[in-house]
Amino acid sequence: MRLPQIGFLADGRRLHLQDGPIDLIVEARGSEADVRAAYDAAARRFTGLLDTLCEELPELRKAADPASSRLQGKVARRMHEAVAPYAADHFITPMAAVAGAVAEEILGAMMGAASLDRAYVNNGGDIALHLARGEHFTVGLVDRPDRPSLMKTTVIEADDPTRGVATSGRHGRSFSLGIADAVTILARTAAQADAAATIIANAVDVPGHPAVLRCPAHDLQPDSDLGARLVTREVGDLSHYKIEQALDAGVRMARALLAQGLIEGAALRLQGESRIVALKDVDMRVPPVVRYVAKESVMQ
Amino acid sequence: MLTDTTTAAANADKIRCDACPVMCYIKPGAAGACDRYANHNGELVRVDPHVVLERTVSHGGRLVPFQAGGDWDGKIVHEPSMFVTAIGAGTTYPDYKPAPFIVSSEIDGVDMVTVVTEGIFSYCGVKVKIDTDRYLGPETATVRVQGEAVGHVTTGEYGSQMLSLGGVHHLTGGSKKEGRVTCDALMDLSNCKPVELTIDGGATVVVQAGYPPIVNGVAEERMRVGCGSATIGMFAKQWHGKVDEVVVVDDHITGVLSEHQAGKLLDIPDTGIKMKGRRSTPGRYFQVAEPGTGWGGTMISDPLSVLGPFDPKQARPGMTMLMVSTTGEHAAYFELDAALKPVEKEMPADLKFSVERIKENCEPALCTVLFMGGAGGSLRSGVTENPVRLTRSVKDALTRVTSGGAPVYVWPGGGITFMVDVTRLPAGAFGYVPTPALVAPIEFTLKLSDYAALGGHMDHVRPLASLKDSAEIRQMTPQQLQPKSGA
Repeated sequence: MRLPQIGFLADGRRLHLQDGPIDLIVEARGSEADVRAAYDAAARRFTGLLDTLCEELPELRKAADPASSRLQGKVARRMHEAVAPYAADHFITPMAAVAGAVAEEILGAMMGAASLDRAYVNNGGDIALHLARGEHFTVGLVDRPDRPSLMKTTVIEADDPTRGVATSGRHGRSFSLGIADAVTILARTAAQADAAATIIANAVDVPGHPAVLRCPAHDLQPDSDLGARLVTREVGDLSHYKIEQALDAGVRMARALLAQGLIEGAALRLQGESRIVALKDVDMRVPPVVRYVAKESVMQ
Repeated sequence: MLTDTTTAAANADKIRCDACPVMCYIKPGAAGACDRYANHNGELVRVDPHVVLERTVSHGGRLVPFQAGGDWDGKIVHEPSMFVTAIGAGTTYPDYKPAPFIVSSEIDGVDMVTVVTEGIFSYCGVKVKIDTDRYLGPETATVRVQGEAVGHVTTGEYGSQMLSLGGVHHLTGGSKKEGRVTCDALMDLSNCKPVELTIDGGATVVVQAGYPPIVNGVAEERMRVGCGSATIGMFAKQWHGKVDEVVVVDDHITGVLSEHQAGKLLDIPDTGIKMKGRRSTPGRYFQVAEPGTGWGGTMISDPLSVLGPFDPKQARPGMTMLMVSTTGEHAAYFELDAALKPVEKEMPADLKFSVERIKENCEPALCTVLFMGGAGGSLRSGVTENPVRLTRSVKDALTRVTSGGAPVYVWPGGGITFMVDVTRLPAGAFGYVPTPALVAPIEFTLKLSDYAALGGHMDHVRPLASLKDSAEIRQMTPQQLQPKSGA
């Protein structure tokens, strides 16, 4: 059997799990035995997870049906559930929630095996969280996923409903239909955050603008789930007015999703401008320790 | 090239990657969903190869079995049958974390450790040796790439011009663009790619490790056989009796046969020749012309311009003279007319032969690039918790340092400052970080017990077998393992 790569990061504290395109950074805090048990559970659950997902890959790459799904796998079904609320009004496939759904699954396995104070599973910026009473996380919001530098931080406390964080945008590994540099979403689950980040990042747009270069997704990745849909390749300098217009469109979408209970908060970023929707304690202070860390350490 | 256990089935220009069950179709020039595998001209390659050099036995090229037994006794002269390089190991910056791969392989009961890291070198540069007598520019002149200062011309060596490029000043001391351009130039030179260098007050030269330099658009072919004076000494006997006078034009030391000690020994009579320039010793002249890219590294295209009028007391009409450059690339034959003026004539066959002989004795001109870097405090701490012990261990020859599997020269004195011939590293071994600084592979090989003794990260030691699934295996030919220069 093909085995994933599993090992500790150099700090000896965080666990690194990698298989194909899945790259997870995991950290748990609790008693030594609990942490050990949680990491063991994560490693066990991760092994073979990609294989199971890929068995249903053709179905996962099809537009989601808002009402029903033929998907069987636990992770695949979670992906579908996360995108289903959008499927009536938007083209969206379960793949839009794959990263968050995997993070959630691994965190779930850890929580089933141990009692932890605090834990996170970070799947390339899509993060599933666990917070015991009294605990909190400070989340750094990245400017651009490909060039992570923190622009702001926000705090998630145990009493908050948020247990998932996701960032989407045109610089990430998956394609975006919109022009946002980064859209970070807080939601009740990581899969929900992942799907919503995709939808809101797509909404940040100035349709038909000549400074935006778009190209069919399948020209870039032959088996992209987006098929012939035009994905954003380059965004030239936009006027202040156009930036505002694009961000406004994204903020309207974010507010609508907030009202429906699909998200808990959002931060949108485009060409140096940012908008915040329902995030509390947004702090412009940048903790120096995370200035040079890569994607894996968006969470501190 | 072998890429893990992964194979690719070509489908038109796209390839199907089977590295994982996602089975991406990858277009040429693109990477799969993982960003780890890519389609490089129809071939599936790992973008972040972790290169393991699998060595072949020098006699007959037989493959050494993995983890071969044998008589390895912990001595430096013996090399493990398989060697892990740092290329693609990846690293973090700053380097206080343990090196990404610390690999152990057990050989005949002795645990070997290769500490693999990719060092980030802010203190680094390249020393470039350019085999040419052509004038590239004055010593200390600034060397530029795209107008940015990246280094300078340093003191020349035998038959070669030397450049010193990079270094912490150009990488970090100048403008942001200067640092970036320097970093790019160093990386390209180190990865054996051609780089065009312009020298203030001098030439434009295209340098590529292992290839002839191209000076002002003309590819250099040969190193000179020797300086002008040396050439006289080497060929005096062959010229004796075939020609009355020989001038070997050289920017450094132009030689004149009739006046030279070699000519005197053969009783060659005076010819009344009058050289321009400054006479050093008999038959040896400095500064006969300005330096340049013409004859023998001077600027001249007409060799007679280095001569004054012949002395009528000694010269006579019909006297013959060969003028030749130190590479034999330029040569002309003259006879003095009634007014004792040299007139160019068809060169006799036996003199043509001597010119060919000079050419034949010139070695092919090459550019050689030595990467030089210092493994500083932070890199060493990736290897051990007590960095200075690593330095001492290297100095005591308990630890062998290599770069991408290639042998290095470690400078005596403080720190671990080493030089390596970039042509001996696998392709694409050097990278960069936007700091800017170069990323170069460096490996420290030592006995596991020594590693523990110097405070090594023992908990991060991995058996070699664990790397085999994630690493690219390259076979190295015996030739690659031998020192290149035999001279």
